[in-house]
Amino acid sequence: MNLQSRRSFLKSAGTAGAVATLPLSLVEVAFAKPEQNFTFAYISDSHIQQIEGTKFVRNWDRGLIRAVAEANLLQPRPDFVMYGGDLAQLGNKPELDHGADMLGKLRGKVHHVMGEHDYYLDLGEYWSKLFGPQWYSFDHKGVHFVVLNSILTYDEWTFERWPTAEQRMLEMAGLDNPNGSPFMVGDKQRAWLAKDLAKVAKSTPVVVFSHSPLQKIYKGWNFWTDDAEQVQQLLAPFDKVTVFYGHVHQIQYNQIGNIAFTSAMATAWPWPYPETYAQAESHLPKLTVHMNRADPFFERDATGWQFIDVHTGRAATHFNLYNNKVRTVAFNAASGRPEDTAYQDPAARIAPQSHF
Amino acid sequence: MHAPRTLWFVAACAAAAWAALPATAAAAGTAGPALGLPPVPVPADNPQTAEKIALGDKLFNDKRFSATGEVACSFCHDSQKGFADGPLVTAEGINKAKGTRNSPTVLNSAYFTSLFWDGRSPDLEEQALHPFVNPIEMGLPNHDPILAIVRTDPEYVTAFSAVFGKSGEAITIREVTQAIAAFERTLVSGDSPFDRYYFGGDKSALSAAAIRGFDVFLSKGRCVSCHTIEQDHALFTDNRFHNIGVGVNRIQGDIGTLAPAFLRAKAEGIDVDKVVLADPKVSELGRFAITDTLDELGAFKTSTLRNIAITAPFMHDGSLATLRDVVDHYNNGGVTVATDPVNDFLSGGIRPLDLTESEILDLVAFLESLTSPEFAATPSAGGTTKGTQP
Repeated sequence: MNLQSRRSFLKSAGTAGAVATLPLSLVEVAFAKPEQNFTFAYISDSHIQQIEGTKFVRNWDRGLIRAVAEANLLQPRPDFVMYGGDLAQLGNKPELDHGADMLGKLRGKVHHVMGEHDYYLDLGEYWSKLFGPQWYSFDHKGVHFVVLNSILTYDEWTFERWPTAEQRMLEMAGLDNPNGSPFMVGDKQRAWLAKDLAKVAKSTPVVVFSHSPLQKIYKGWNFWTDDAEQVQQLLAPFDKVTVFYGHVHQIQYNQIGNIAFTSAMATAWPWPYPETYAQAESHLPKLTVHMNRADPFFERDATGWQFIDVHTGRAATHFNLYNNKVRTVAFNAASGRPEDTAYQDPAARIAPQSHF
Repeated sequence: MHAPRTLWFVAACAAAAWAALPATAAAAGTAGPALGLPPVPVPADNPQTAEKIALGDKLFNDKRFSATGEVACSFCHDSQKGFADGPLVTAEGINKAKGTRNSPTVLNSAYFTSLFWDGRSPDLEEQALHPFVNPIEMGLPNHDPILAIVRTDPEYVTAFSAVFGKSGEAITIREVTQAIAAFERTLVSGDSPFDRYYFGGDKSALSAAAIRGFDVFLSKGRCVSCHTIEQDHALFTDNRFHNIGVGVNRIQGDIGTLAPAFLRAKAEGIDVDKVVLADPKVSELGRFAITDTLDELGAFKTSTLRNIAITAPFMHDGSLATLRDVVDHYNNGGVTVATDPVNDFLSGGIRPLDLTESEILDLVAFLESLTSPEFAATPSAGGTTKGTQP
């Protein structure tokens, strides 16, 4: 997206607040309360993978290195960076250390979300040593931010089923492994969340980060959180709720009740869309605009990262993609849901590639 | 196997105009497209005519269109040097002013979907506007001195009248660049040994080394993903932009301040064309300087490989002296010196190739087989040993 089209986008953005602050753009837009507008960067799913010793998979390293370098160029500077989980592939110390080293080059504060690849080797022990608590909240410029560890599962699966921690990690690391187990936030954390939210005025915008989607998309691949409805219920009383999640390595967005959901791209690799899922009714988000087929030559193709501007409590997510046009999914106040600002209209979509 | 030949009157017109190097154009004119090339795309509003091409040729070689009266288009795009200016590393304009980028060949530029290394011009007509008025190229303050000449010089008066039916004030820079573009569209050049081998079915046209090198080109070397070959022709370019670790590697420590500062200046209205050719650091921002797109930081246009061996030195900054050096750079995964750090914005297509010494030499032999017959006598810069870095 070039400056020209940014300007024309700004001009044509009729919906209140649906205005993007794009990377390095110098466009400044005044809102009613400009002090409550801010941006943050959102990087997720780097899957740093040790081969042996100090040797790591180059492709995944390059993805994270590039996202960090690009996020450092954002102007105006984002207020903070969210890291959305799955920094490591098999949760070991060398992977988490190497990932933390690369993230260490980020300018500004980083908040971390726990992913299952970070967790199931030592149940988050080393991760917590590096990055702090697994669930927490903070307030920023009038917005209440909540971070959840959504990738917990049944105690029996976690503590009794597997002979070794390594095998437990490997079983949870597979996408379509039938030996896996559904993710959940769990009673303890939901009780904490209820207490945390009790202090927050219902008019305060709430932004929640989880690794797995706090909605049920496809159980077969664990694009799923088992107690999603119960979490959604705790968020239901608030006027403006936005949930961001990683894990799915693709762009998804939808609205459930008062909650706007938007996913993150991975810096490592893309997952396909689980469209073949045809069981009983689910809340499968409408997958509006498909990514172009990933070109295996360009290792970054169909990966990316996000930067997000928050204005009047609503979010616009800009997907920085490689070999693809930048995409923006912004909350549309008129329709009451997040929408792609360029491709929502079927007539505006890019036709699928038919020649290979 | 050959593409439809409907557009080949284009090359037929060229035969008359390009007397200095008649082989390609003449062959193409009489026998359809040069082997390995598709029909030349011609914009509807600028059809080719023999008179227009001849006028373009004259304009292309006219030194008066520069501040010193010494620099014509052909100064950097010399027909005797494959329409480039080797061995210069980067272009030299008036008063030996040094540019930031290596002069690309005009040969086969008719097929490019954007012009300049960073693609800042959409077509040959628009491209031709800029070097006249760039201070380090031809250095004119504006296009008026050109118009003053073409409106009064008797030969031009006759030619513009014949070609465009225009005279006096009715002649604008648009007609000038249209004629130049029409001439440039005749500078197409195929029929290389590779073309005869691959498209012509002559299995003896390539050496054994070049045939092995072609296999490396298609497979382990990963070359063909950007330097494309189609079923019935090969342009050897995807017309896209990639950060391959050339040039940008020199500014790695500066990007954090340089990129935002450049965009600030751009928003305030600096002339991008002038800045990218004058400031060596800004130049290395590449396509990003044009599109502001993070994905294109340090990215430059994939150049065609046709006649590559005769247009040394190589890459947008002329930093690699021989084809061997180029292959080494790719083999190292986007760094010229194997131990140097890879730049953060490197294209996802670039990674270490693990080519053996004989695969490297074979690949160079293949690249040398892409030279068209009319340039066969021009010295090649293949290089079987490492060249020196300028």
